[in-house]
Amino acid sequence: MSNVVGVLALQGAVDKHLEMLRAMDVDCRRVRFAHELDDCVALIIPGGESTTMSLLIQKFDLYGKLREFATKKPVMGVCAGAILMAEQVDDARVTPLNIMPISVMRNIYGRQVSSFSTDLHLQCDAQGLAYRAHFIRAPSIESNSEKVEVLAQYNGQAVIMRMGRHMALTFHPELTDDNRIHACWLKGFHPAFK
Amino acid sequence: MSELKQTVKHPQAISEQEDFTVKVGLAEMLKGGAIMDVTNVEQAKIAEDAGAIAVMALERIPSDIRRDGGVARMSDPDMIRQIQAAVSIPVMAKCRIGHFAEAQILQALEVDFIDESEVLTPADEANHVAKHDYKVPFVCGATCLGEALRRIGEGAAMMRTKGEAGSGNIVEAVRHMRTIQNEMKRLTILGKEQLMSAAKDMGAPYDLVCYVAEHGKLPVPNFSAGGIATPADAALVRQLGAEAVFVGSGIFMSEDPAARAAAIVKATTYFDDPEILLQVSSGLKSGMKGLLMHDILPEDRLATRGW
Repeated sequence: MSNVVGVLALQGAVDKHLEMLRAMDVDCRRVRFAHELDDCVALIIPGGESTTMSLLIQKFDLYGKLREFATKKPVMGVCAGAILMAEQVDDARVTPLNIMPISVMRNIYGRQVSSFSTDLHLQCDAQGLAYRAHFIRAPSIESNSEKVEVLAQYNGQAVIMRMGRHMALTFHPELTDDNRIHACWLKGFHPAFK
Repeated sequence: MSELKQTVKHPQAISEQEDFTVKVGLAEMLKGGAIMDVTNVEQAKIAEDAGAIAVMALERIPSDIRRDGGVARMSDPDMIRQIQAAVSIPVMAKCRIGHFAEAQILQALEVDFIDESEVLTPADEANHVAKHDYKVPFVCGATCLGEALRRIGEGAAMMRTKGEAGSGNIVEAVRHMRTIQNEMKRLTILGKEQLMSAAKDMGAPYDLVCYVAEHGKLPVPNFSAGGIATPADAALVRQLGAEAVFVGSGIFMSEDPAARAAAIVKATTYFDDPEILLQVSSGLKSGMKGLLMHDILPEDRLATRGW
């Protein structure tokens, strides 16, 4: 059985996710066409520009297929990807995929001059070692649903949320050499990480 | 002031290297997309609606700068502010080569990327801006690998080919992209003992030469600019190794900018799919007329600015 993890590749930090997955010995591929999802056991929606990616998902006829995929298979959304996974976004230019019951505010910390790095404590890491996270024009994520658990916080705000096998996060694990976030998500479904 | 505000709000980077990671990180987010030159709010909205991942706010597009002559400077901050207010995608702006005061102003304005650009009239013929000193990332143009590595050494978080801005002619962008790719390939087959000599010949920082020799690519994203006017142009430079494209005069000098912008966006994503390229190349109204390189006098060529 195939265990290929797809990375949505309309635009954004696609290469970095592929590099990280390959370094973890996970088979992976770019996804630009709906039929390419058929080979995938899970999907990463990477960081990039959420308005642009949302527009391209609509224009390139991927919206329905992505929603259908998420009803059956795990999705991880990073930054712009987390925005797309949400139920509600504070910007009419984004039509989210409604994969998780979360609401999002875009660029909550401001423009690029306010991008920053900080240490996080990860709930999914038993050893409790600090995780160095890079936030780039990052959004905020919130949820009232009891199905959603918070795996890490910054300044009292959730920055990683998990619902079943889906994960949404507002910083960029692919820009580091630390694969704990990817491993935490893969553990939910990938035989090599059980 | 804004910088003070945010240092109070968020922790600072623990090193210049970490700051650089965050700056290069934004460049990573722009990969696979099209960045478009815009001169007003209306154009910025057209670009955003067409799927641009960022806009470059400037007073005159390169082909107009070329036509009008005179000194080309940083754009009016009010005009940039209006564009920042109108779109949600990142907004870039240009400073003159070596004009660090313009760069300081653009940082205070909180543009998302500063292009230290040969399209504007250079302010310093010997020195470029010391780019590591800024919180805002910089993009710079290059015609060859040595030039690209010098700019990265100074702190550029993204490179682009210079091409020949405002020409509507892809030939120089292709020359620069091929030159950079060939020079990178060459480094990967050299012996370790040859790398210092290569660094000396290229006038490039030794550590960056070693990085390219090991990885076969630049340590920052490598985009293409200068002469892209059609979806096929975008696909060509993407297939030659450009990770994203800048489109300047090509869009708003054409007859139907919105349609052309959308077509170039799609061609940038599906750059290696001839069926899609055929579909997006069909039915576009006429593009910009463009200039032959032998019609541009050597002293009028923008790519020769900077070193």
